[in-house]
Amino acid sequence: MTTITDKLWRTICGTADLVTDSGISALLTNETGEEEQIAIFYLPNSEEQIFAVGNYDPIGKANVLYRGLVGCIDSEPVVSSPLYKQHYSLKTGQCLQEDETIAVYDIRIENEQVQVLY
Amino acid sequence: MNSDKQLSSKAKIVVVGNGMVGHHFVEEMSKHEDYQVTVLSAESRLAYDRVYLSSYFAGKTAEDLALTTPEHYDELGVNFETNAKVTNIDKSAKVVTTESGESFAYDKLILATGSYPFVPPIPGGDVEHSLVYRTIEDLEAIQASANVSKVGVVIGGGLLGLEAAKALKELGLETHVVEFAPQLMAVQVDGGGGRVLRAKIEELGVQVHTSKATNVIEEGDKHRYKLCFSDDTVLETDLILFSAGIRPYDNLAREFDLELGARGGIVIDNQCKTSDADIYAIGECALWNNFIYGLVAPGYNMAKVAVKNICGEAAEFTGADMSTKLKLMGVEVGSIGDAHAKTEGALTYTYENQPEAIYKKIVVSADKTKMLGAVLIGDTSEYDSLLQYMLNDIDLPESPEGLILPSAGDKPTLGVDALPDSASICSCHNVTKGDIIAAIDCGAVDVGQVKSDTKAGSGCGGCAALVKSVADNEFEKRGVEVKKDICEHFAYSRREIYDLVSVEKIKTFDELLDKHGKGLGCEICKPLAGSVLASVWNDYILKKPHLSLQDTNDTYLGNMQKDGTYSVVPRIAGGEITPDKLIVLGEVAKKYNLYTKITGGARVDLFGARVEQLPPIWKELVDAGFETGHAYGKSLRTVKSCVGSTWCRYGVQDSMTMAIDLEHRYKGLRAPHKIKFGVSGCTRECAEAQGKDIGIIATENGWNLFVGGNGGMKPRHGDLFATDLDDETLVKYVDRILMFYVQTGDRLQRTSTWMDNLEGGLAYLQDVIIKDSLELNDVLETQMAAIVGSYQCEWKTTIEDPEALKRFKPFVNSDKNDSNIQFVTEREQIRPARGQEKIEVTIIDAAAETV
Ligand code: SRM
Ligand SMILES: Cc1cc2nc3c(=O)[nH]c(=O)nc-3n(C[C@H](O)[C@H](O)[C@H](O)COP(=O)(O)OP(=O)(O)OC[C@H]3O[C@@H](n4cnc5c(N)ncnc54)[C@H](O)[C@@H]3O)c2cc1C
Ligand code: SF4
Ligand code: FES
Repeated sequence: MTTITDKLWRTICGTADLVTDSGISALLTNETGEEEQIAIFYLPNSEEQIFAVGNYDPIGKANVLYRGLVGCIDSEPVVSSPLYKQHYSLKTGQCLQEDETIAVYDIRIENEQVQVLY
Repeated sequence: MNSDKQLSSKAKIVVVGNGMVGHHFVEEMSKHEDYQVTVLSAESRLAYDRVYLSSYFAGKTAEDLALTTPEHYDELGVNFETNAKVTNIDKSAKVVTTESGESFAYDKLILATGSYPFVPPIPGGDVEHSLVYRTIEDLEAIQASANVSKVGVVIGGGLLGLEAAKALKELGLETHVVEFAPQLMAVQVDGGGGRVLRAKIEELGVQVHTSKATNVIEEGDKHRYKLCFSDDTVLETDLILFSAGIRPYDNLAREFDLELGARGGIVIDNQCKTSDADIYAIGECALWNNFIYGLVAPGYNMAKVAVKNICGEAAEFTGADMSTKLKLMGVEVGSIGDAHAKTEGALTYTYENQPEAIYKKIVVSADKTKMLGAVLIGDTSEYDSLLQYMLNDIDLPESPEGLILPSAGDKPTLGVDALPDSASICSCHNVTKGDIIAAIDCGAVDVGQVKSDTKAGSGCGGCAALVKSVADNEFEKRGVEVKKDICEHFAYSRREIYDLVSVEKIKTFDELLDKHGKGLGCEICKPLAGSVLASVWNDYILKKPHLSLQDTNDTYLGNMQKDGTYSVVPRIAGGEITPDKLIVLGEVAKKYNLYTKITGGARVDLFGARVEQLPPIWKELVDAGFETGHAYGKSLRTVKSCVGSTWCRYGVQDSMTMAIDLEHRYKGLRAPHKIKFGVSGCTRECAEAQGKDIGIIATENGWNLFVGGNGGMKPRHGDLFATDLDDETLVKYVDRILMFYVQTGDRLQRTSTWMDNLEGGLAYLQDVIIKDSLELNDVLETQMAAIVGSYQCEWKTTIEDPEALKRFKPFVNSDKNDSNIQFVTEREQIRPARGQEKIEVTIIDAAAETV
């Protein structure tokens, strides 16, 4: 178990790197060198506009979620896995079809910088 | 099992016989709480599927054939005994006793004792290797005997006899069928049909001997036995299998004074009651209206009627239709109603196609207005509609012969409107047209729901198309629009979206969503809109506004594999490739360490490319003259071809050139589903063109065009659309067909289902394309020309666009690559590592980490 260190807002990329209504991936590396892959989605028409979730699809067992199509199901913003099409909520990480959850991260845009809290 | 259960206060129902019908009765009866059911089986096991008995030789086990299990009966609360042959009935005390002396009291007794194979009393016939075909034990005996035999003879050329012959053939014996009558299947089929059937069966290597009466069976010279026939001929064999008819197991009725028919069978009335008010008889032991039904469906009906009467509900058995459709040794056989034209004044129409061994006959009333019966051999595709005409007394069309003549396309089709409510639509589950309407009355809103509410279509599945057209017709009549909404964001069908986009000149998804949809869209409407926008405007698919619409396969221009890597499939038009290009493929694969395979579509697939490797790989391929193969797109895939007249000694046209030209013409076209072509240089059809959406086969005079074939989940051969076309007309027709499909097809509908769903089907499509009945052809051709003219290789455009290339970077903030993608070597090539083969990598589950 990792100790809970103080999380910081760290810059990942610029807003120009985002792809509208679609996803990109990023690699988070913490102080101890551990890596996590995240998927960042930019949906300017949604309330939150930007979301970050884990990139690993626990059902397809591959790091592919950033390549999924985004949209909404009953007004919940979701990404659909490109492998087997299950939907994951971008707000909670909950899979809508099966009992699986992916991680969600706090993300914001500050001065055209995309920042994630980790 | 447990005798104290017998003490319960429930009414006691005892069933004698646990065959198919007895079992059906048990299941139906046990739904009613107030009755305690006990079933006594003379066999060593509980009920099994006799209808599929022959599949035992194809590898099915007794377990596979079982219709129930002891556990299942326990669950239903049913008492049961196996090896429990009933030998005594005491009607006044209402008790039955089994061979072993156990007694069971009843309030109602059900005789479901079935029947046994009739073995004619031929002198010398009672020998070791003389067998019958009725139970699993019989099959075990046949198998054992076949192991030590070379030749087998089936005595009896009826339905079961032919099935038995098939079994002997499969067991590797030289097989003969001996029939007393002058033809096979004399009950169901007429003389002409019998002739065709015989020819087909002999073709399969079974020797048929008709008009043969066996006088005596003697010891053989070369084989175990010698059959001596009344015409002084003989036949030697090692194994004899009798299939000379069945006789009802009515011995209990005989001994204990229930009324019997003159030639056997326990007499029952419309309630399925015997001459004793507390005893019912059902299934093959029962004689109704002087008739024994040797089929399972009427028996099931009797079982239901008996259950209802016991429970005090009104129900009657009023006979059953004996029409049958089956496949015997791969030969389709159908028999409907008065197959022998015995009705007074009956007239017949016959169609016989000797080269293909197809025989069809219909029997109609003297005034030619009603269908009385039919025989179909070799092709039973008209069975359903002929049967509906007869069962429902529907007036025949003016020229009834049109119903069986293969007059390309304009066959009169039977409108479902003409069917009465009592028309049986699904015979497996006894669902009528009225039941389907009732389901819709009760709120079913689509075909799927109709099916789940009525069970229609969940048996053999043969009625699915009919169920759909009855339901759709009903929805239409009520003005309920058959719901074709593509998803929750758009209340439109694909076709409507296509029209909106082209009429309103909509160019982006956002615009479409704004004007006609709601929400953010989803993985269904986005690619659909992307495909429609691409076919209407033929824009570069990764242009910014379209980018987010594409499935990952279209975004990355490759098919995603299970581990997140992609496959690379360059176009190899017509399957023709130069040695130099082959070498390039080999070199690229080697350089990037890709797995290589020849695909089922006759081209080369390179697997295992990471996203970041796709652009450099494609750059090398494009530089060497390759272009994308669209293996990822709902678009033209391959045009499979043969070498044709260029090389092949039989080729009559240049199929290679045609295939390559067509592939280049239609590459990149976006459609409702993928499209495949085949072009063969002669009728030998080495390119399997009839299994493709568009199939083209060379003739002496030009090309025959087939439409609507496919392989995949539900293979279908294409329909012959037009014959002997010259090159120009061929291309024109294909242009029009494809464009019409692109405009009107539903999402993920291949050309086959699309064509079948057009009202009027093939004939209608021929009208539109050949006769221009919708006056659409000019438009279709112009649109196709625009698309052909604006083709671009998506990979070429992509590697030249730095903006687009950004997408292929694995991480926005790092140059590392995905450590979860790992390969191992197998047969000298890579393959994705399986779970336990992977080297541990740290993927932190942040969800588990939060406090
Ligand atoms: C690679 C290949 C198998 C192989 O190892 O040889 C293949 C691979 C796939 N097929 Fe196929 N099919 C391949 C030939 C076929 C054929 C044979 C043919 O074309 O003659 C058929 C039957 C013919 C037909 O389509 O009518 C075929 C019928 C299907 C189907 C069923 C379609 C149907 O109408 O029932 C699917 C599923 C679908 O499309 O919805 C499918 C879907 C797929 C997908 C796309 C499944 C997926 O989503 O991952 C596979 C990925 C393709 C890839 O990674 O490149 N594949 N597939 C073949 C590529 C051919 C090519 O050169 O492009
Ligand atoms: C190879 C084969 C293929 C067939 N194919 C088809 C087909 O395609 N379509 C179709 O509709 N039909 C077909 N049939 C016919 C179908 O199997 C029968 O119509 C059906 O099995 C009849 O059911 P039943 O319960 O009346 O009789 P059975 O299934 O014969 O069951 C009667 C049972 O009662 C038992 N029994 C008899 N006497 C006693 C007693 N005194 N005490 C206790 N138990 C007793 C018997 O041992 C037997 O187990 C086929 C039959 C065979 C053999
Ligand atoms: S048959 Fe199935 S497993 Fe094989 S390539 Fe086609 S889709 Fe994949
Ligand atoms: S007829 Fe067999 S499922 Fe309907």
